[in-house]
Amino acid sequence: MSIEVRIPTILRPFTKDQKAVTATGTTLSAVISDLDAQYPGIGDRLLENGALRRFINIYVNDEDVRFLGSLDTQIKDGDSVTILPAVAGG
Amino acid sequence: MSLEISQAFADAILEQSRAEYPDECCGVILGPVGSGKALRHKPMLNAAHSPTFYEFDSKDLLALYREADDNDEEIVVIYHSHTETEAYPSRTDIAYAGEPGAHYVLVSSRKEIAPAIEFRSYRIIDGVVTEEEVSITD
Repeated sequence: MSIEVRIPTILRPFTKDQKAVTATGTTLSAVISDLDAQYPGIGDRLLENGALRRFINIYVNDEDVRFLGSLDTQIKDGDSVTILPAVAGG
Repeated sequence: MSLEISQAFADAILEQSRAEYPDECCGVILGPVGSGKALRHKPMLNAAHSPTFYEFDSKDLLALYREADDNDEEIVVIYHSHTETEAYPSRTDIAYAGEPGAHYVLVSSRKEIAPAIEFRSYRIIDGVVTEEEVSITD
């Protein structure tokens, strides 16, 4: 089981500048744990107090996980996960 | 460090900020990966529809990055307008700034300076704001 995870520029210092990495897991939460095991510290940039950070968007295939089940979103083999920083401000 | 931007794009951003007033307007200018050149203007929807906040719609955001990837482009400029305050990054702008390689452009159309408009550019990296020169080209 292998999931492609696309990494935004701002998090590439964690992934040795790789734009895409692979991870395993059957839920988004498990995928993030696996990412953090491979690239220590990246999990903290995605999660805050156990929830997705407000200014990070994560998509499974084409869907924002906020509309799918957030960290409980089911992931299956061949899915693609895309992480993007929100473009927002005041 | 400086930003080179064409007069036509600068005018289009100012026009957009007037058209969407009192809400903040926002958008990007893309350029070929690694070139640093601001060549393709793409106005974006402010999904927050607010005079004090802007946010790209999450579907638009994904589509934008996919399109940039397909075209071997990157986001060179991220801009938005401030309608009541100066063209300087707010605390929220700094907290949310997620593109260390981009020029963050702010325009301000606040009434104290009307009809003049401010147009300024910054780098925002790890919470540190550095203003840079803007040169407007033909």
